[in-house]
Amino acid sequence: MLKDSDRIFKNIYGLKGKGLDVAKSIGDWKDTKEILGKGRDWIIDQVKESGLRGRGGAGFGTGLKWSFMPKESDGRPSYLVVNADEGEPGTCKDREILRAEPHKLVEGCLIAGFAIGAHAAYIYIRGEFYREAEALQDAIDEAYAAGLLGEDACGSGWKMDVYVHRGMGAYICGEESALIESLEGKKGQPRLKPPFPAGVGLYGCPTTVNNVESIAVVPEICRRGGDWFASLGKPNNTGTKLFCISGHVNNPCTVEEEMGISLKDLLEKHCGGVIGGWDNLLGVIPGGCSVPIMPAEVCDTVTMDFDGLRSVGSGLGTAAVIVLNKEADVVRAITRLSRFYMHESCGQCTPCSEGTGWMWRMMERMVTGDMKVEEIDMLEQVTRQVEGHTICALGDAAAWPIQGLIRHFRPEIEKRIADFQASKNAAA
Amino acid sequence: MSTASQNIEQPTSFVFSEETLEKANAVIAKYPEGRQQSAVMPLLDLAQRQNDNWLPVAAMDYVADLLKMPPMKVYEVAHFYTMYNTKPVGKNHVQVCTNISCFLRGSDKIIAACKDTLGIGLGQTTEDGEFTLSEVECLGACVNAPMIQVNDDYYEDLTEESTKAILEALKNGKQPKTGPQGDRQGCQPAGGLTSLKEGS
Repeated sequence: MLKDSDRIFKNIYGLKGKGLDVAKSIGDWKDTKEILGKGRDWIIDQVKESGLRGRGGAGFGTGLKWSFMPKESDGRPSYLVVNADEGEPGTCKDREILRAEPHKLVEGCLIAGFAIGAHAAYIYIRGEFYREAEALQDAIDEAYAAGLLGEDACGSGWKMDVYVHRGMGAYICGEESALIESLEGKKGQPRLKPPFPAGVGLYGCPTTVNNVESIAVVPEICRRGGDWFASLGKPNNTGTKLFCISGHVNNPCTVEEEMGISLKDLLEKHCGGVIGGWDNLLGVIPGGCSVPIMPAEVCDTVTMDFDGLRSVGSGLGTAAVIVLNKEADVVRAITRLSRFYMHESCGQCTPCSEGTGWMWRMMERMVTGDMKVEEIDMLEQVTRQVEGHTICALGDAAAWPIQGLIRHFRPEIEKRIADFQASKNAAA
Repeated sequence: MSTASQNIEQPTSFVFSEETLEKANAVIAKYPEGRQQSAVMPLLDLAQRQNDNWLPVAAMDYVADLLKMPPMKVYEVAHFYTMYNTKPVGKNHVQVCTNISCFLRGSDKIIAACKDTLGIGLGQTTEDGEFTLSEVECLGACVNAPMIQVNDDYYEDLTEESTKAILEALKNGKQPKTGPQGDRQGCQPAGGLTSLKEGS
């Protein structure tokens, strides 16, 4: 189990209180000026060496992403945009950073902004997180008052402004180009890529979009060294990670653990185990609702990291672990996700805007068993028609949970169909 | 969706109060020169807050004028994002999350408790205009499921009983305790800390 001394988020439960003094007492804003003094290349090298992969779901190397930003301005300013539009069902880790550890994020904005040559950072926070936005704004105000942000941030000579921008309830704005559109005051509809944000992002300027957790761990990486972070976890899957475990465990919680911890350890050591015991486990969705469900037999041995989960046909995603035990109605659970994607489709691409509704209606029939066995395959084929045929990944995300359900729980689906037919025949 | 087609009485005019205008100007100043359109979302939110938590067409037109945007662009934004209420809602907007984590922890029962206590169905408003009940997508408090949001506050770790108690308190004009309703304060394991124990 990860030692407390290697935990980055020492106040993730907010038990130490709020405010700049509390943040400083756990190491935030320590030697920030010295870190900036080492230069942007040094910072990017540390982040590269740390092996940090983006914590928002896709897992792209953070240092590498930063290195795409122009070294010299062509006259356009560069921007840092922080994605705090946390909305992937099952995911609630960034919320804890925003309300309990906001100074890590604000300090991270300064260091990351400096490293990519940005003087302004916009933090796009989901609108429902009203209290969290207040907590974040308080931290920003404290930082300005203490000279940690502003014209001469931390006495470094670097001008840095950090702004909070609240969303208003659209999951799709968690997609980085939709987020940029939204930040520009438009409907949040994803852009075609390329061009990528590092070339043409916010206001047509070079922009890096990073997840809250990715930015919040940067100060600690710079203080303790990229090699320290890289010494935790597994090769290519380094460091620590906030896991949020919900559903059928005895003690749902958010906890920082080492990447590559076994799923079983995570559930048993931190969550009091599966309700009804490990043998009562039906399946786990390990990375937020967009990744496929894993059946119980896979859960026995799988490790919680990008590569480990990919090797079993799922993904780490946002590290939101959703646990289903044998009392769960797995078909209804996945159907609920289908309705979510229908609701959140932005309407831009036909395969998604039409497909998500069609798939949900099929799933509704599957819940009661009111379908033909052949229609299972038809549904599966339709998910393949949606997947990969849309501008953004929402279409893929809508397809994968259904594919995972059919792959692992087909006997359950066929049983429902048989039961429905039997009861219909009995009634006739 | 046509903006004016909803069969509701629309006020003929809307202006920001002095206080709201001051807030609006502070918001506009966050964005670079010439990019004031970025302020459309926060300004519509301010308008909604000034107008009993719903957004009439006159307010959209006012914001469009203030930001020098075509009104249609503002209508698009107002109808794309779910947090803009384009028709009146109750003083307490009760929003129940029924997405996967809440579903697994019994959001069906929370919905039933809300319907029972308020005497209305989903999407409906009580006759006295005090409560609107809505079903919503994931609100991002999954380890504290099941949960509801009422206006700006979250109520988490709910049971049928605590849900009813919260709604009864609101009915009586009281402010119930926000956040988790059980013993824990936040997202730590309810059975006791498994990390960060020594307070280091």
